[in-house]
Amino acid sequence: MQEKNVSFNNFEQCIKCTICTAYCPVVAVNPFYPGPKQAGPDGERLRLKNKFFFDENLKYCMNCKRCEVACPSGVKIADLIHSARRRFAREIPDLRDRVLANTDFMGKFARPFAPVVNSVVASKPVKAFMDVMMDIDRERTFPKYQGKGFTRWFKKEAADSQSSYSKQIAFFHGCSTEFQHPEVGKAFVQVMNAVGFGVKLIDEECCGVAMISNGLWNQARRHAEHNTKVFRKTVGEGLPIVGVSSTCVFTMRDEYPDVLDVDNSDVRDSITMVEKFLFEKVDSGEVKLVFKEDYRARIAYHCPCHNEKLGWGIFTKALVGMIPGVSLTVLDSNCCGMAGTYGFKKENYKYSQEIGRPLFEQIKSLAPDFVCCECETCKWQIEMSTGYTVLNPIVILADALDLEATAKAN
Amino acid sequence: MRFDTIIIGGGLSSLVCGIKLQKAGVKCLIVSAGQNALHFSSGTFGLLGKLPDGTEVREPMRSMSFLPEGHPYSKIGVDKMSEYVAEVPAFFESCGVRLHSAPLSGEGGFPVNGYRLTPLGTLKPCWLAMEDVTLLQSKDDIPWSKALIVNFSGFLDFNAGFIAEGLGRKGVECRVENVTIEGVENLRRNPTEMRSVGIARVMTKENDWKEFGSKVRELSSGEDLVILPEVFGLGDPVIVQWLREMIPGEVMFVGTMPPSVPGIRAQMRLKKAFEAAGGTFLSGDTAENPSVEGGLVTSVHTVNLGELRLSADNYVLASGHLFGKGLEATPSKVIEPVFGLDTDFPTDRSSWCDEDFFAQQGYDGFGVICDESFRPFIDGKRVDNLFVCGSEVGGCNSLYEGSGAGVAIMTAMSVADSILAGK
Repeated sequence: MQEKNVSFNNFEQCIKCTICTAYCPVVAVNPFYPGPKQAGPDGERLRLKNKFFFDENLKYCMNCKRCEVACPSGVKIADLIHSARRRFAREIPDLRDRVLANTDFMGKFARPFAPVVNSVVASKPVKAFMDVMMDIDRERTFPKYQGKGFTRWFKKEAADSQSSYSKQIAFFHGCSTEFQHPEVGKAFVQVMNAVGFGVKLIDEECCGVAMISNGLWNQARRHAEHNTKVFRKTVGEGLPIVGVSSTCVFTMRDEYPDVLDVDNSDVRDSITMVEKFLFEKVDSGEVKLVFKEDYRARIAYHCPCHNEKLGWGIFTKALVGMIPGVSLTVLDSNCCGMAGTYGFKKENYKYSQEIGRPLFEQIKSLAPDFVCCECETCKWQIEMSTGYTVLNPIVILADALDLEATAKAN
Repeated sequence: MRFDTIIIGGGLSSLVCGIKLQKAGVKCLIVSAGQNALHFSSGTFGLLGKLPDGTEVREPMRSMSFLPEGHPYSKIGVDKMSEYVAEVPAFFESCGVRLHSAPLSGEGGFPVNGYRLTPLGTLKPCWLAMEDVTLLQSKDDIPWSKALIVNFSGFLDFNAGFIAEGLGRKGVECRVENVTIEGVENLRRNPTEMRSVGIARVMTKENDWKEFGSKVRELSSGEDLVILPEVFGLGDPVIVQWLREMIPGEVMFVGTMPPSVPGIRAQMRLKKAFEAAGGTFLSGDTAENPSVEGGLVTSVHTVNLGELRLSADNYVLASGHLFGKGLEATPSKVIEPVFGLDTDFPTDRSSWCDEDFFAQQGYDGFGVICDESFRPFIDGKRVDNLFVCGSEVGGCNSLYEGSGAGVAIMTAMSVADSILAGK
């Protein structure tokens, strides 16, 4: 007798309670999206019979995973939706989608001309042109490319001293640290060094999340296979892979096997977020943190959807909460509406703002000194929509820690 | 990571237990694997509607002595039960969930069951109700003679015909009307996905609920009762109040198919109250791999947190019944999947369920075997710092008795008190 239900992404466990749809931020604002229950397990039954039943409106799913967090029956709803897109979508990604998806290629391309690119994409005529010709919404502001990337700084300023630390970790910096926010990477190296870990860079490629969202499946799979191979070697050397962007980390742990069919079971548990890594070391007493006495800040914490799915928001909350002069408010669990490249697109822009509105309003009413968040695209959305600065937790820690005293204590 | 108490499960019982402990200064963690039974709530809480032998209960507290010894209420005892019953309305009010009882109260201020109108047009006993629900004093005398039942065009999860038929049998003359609201029409693109929460989201917008309210007002022609689906006030129940003021006659809101709008609202408010009191809530995570040594739980792990050990002085298991996966049935036995606790179920497989769907079902009585203070057993040996509350506790058939919410709340309060007493 078959004792256990075994079905693809657990879809036969769906009892049609519609709780997923009740928590879907997209269906609340976009009438074209059929909602996670219909798009996921319900649709899967039909698609199994005939791919004709595939609905192109599945592209409106932001892949925020809130449906999966809410599901009482453990159905991997968003994975069902994205693997259906991978198998059946007929729409071919256009130039705009390819540009948005290739975050690493675009970064390398734009970097030598960073000041020019930044001012060009910020100019009204260019925005109008991109709006009309490429369907990138003209209201959207672009994150600024930095002329000097993180890895260049690392090689010049930090690489030589890393081997002097007895303990080592591998750093997956991700595209945004490399091209737009090198300060996040610098903060990471400072904190890691202070707590006694040397940082090693690995031959990483973009995690591929934007390729998944934009339907560039083969390319995403190649990236997943490359990274997983590199991780295997890294783990073989005894190093954990530590990241600073919750979306990269989530994608490399869970989307590789669940959506792209890339087996990472031997390395998955070694891929972690810096907040989890640090918290565990502090919790076990292996690492001691010494904070500045005069650090003061009123901070609002927004847990990005993918960190909500990872379930690791508590580590950020705990670490930032350890800083003596900080008053920390955890914002209500809401999606910011950006979802990576989703909010750049003209057809989504309006919805992306509407989805984020409750979050923006809560931030404005709290008026914190700044917002804390592990995701760079949430940062872009919140900064554009509220005017408040958003800092990665590792940047806050680097600022709040007495690095010299911490280095002595470890 | 260390807490004072770790609670497994995220529903009504866990939240009541967590809020009570956290407010008393006990640092709590709730581990919740997906949403819970509040999402299926009728908008009312039952304490005891029927005795196990089928006798209808009018005053629950007076019927406690007729309950079997192993019933969770019997374990708590009449004195403590009375104390908790009196405490509940203010407890929920402080969490932003306003509850009312039927207007009559019995001797000694004890509650008298009221009746709510069900989506099938019948009347069921209950103890307390959320703002949406109107409670009747009797199930036979309906104080209204003519009813207008209004639904949204195309909304299949609220069957006005059933209600009209049920009320008609009790002598109420019913008229059914549908209204079309532009904002709601959008939902009809996916007819199967036109659900309560979708409409409720539209009905949070002032223009839309006002348009609905004025259309209902225009439709009403002297009816003294107006019945609407429970799809209002998802974020703030004040809209329910405003509609009552806007529409002439008694306005009654009746449950829809799940998800339940008042239930989701209550869940959101309780969770917020727990977090505001300083509690930590892990959403979408599953507890696993506990360590139990010498009759004590020493730590648990969760799927998301991996190797990190979560430890506490006390642990509470409130992860639900079979439906919530707090219990699992295999072809031959019933297991509690987190700790492998001893469970109570008949060995005769054929008595597990009755082919008559509406009959009392054996499986509803399954549960974890507990002592008088709701501490469970593993292989007959008691676990001293683990407590079980909510539907997972054995000893009663709460669906049949109409005691689901009552058992969830009462056992949670009792467990919280045991933990506080041991501090």
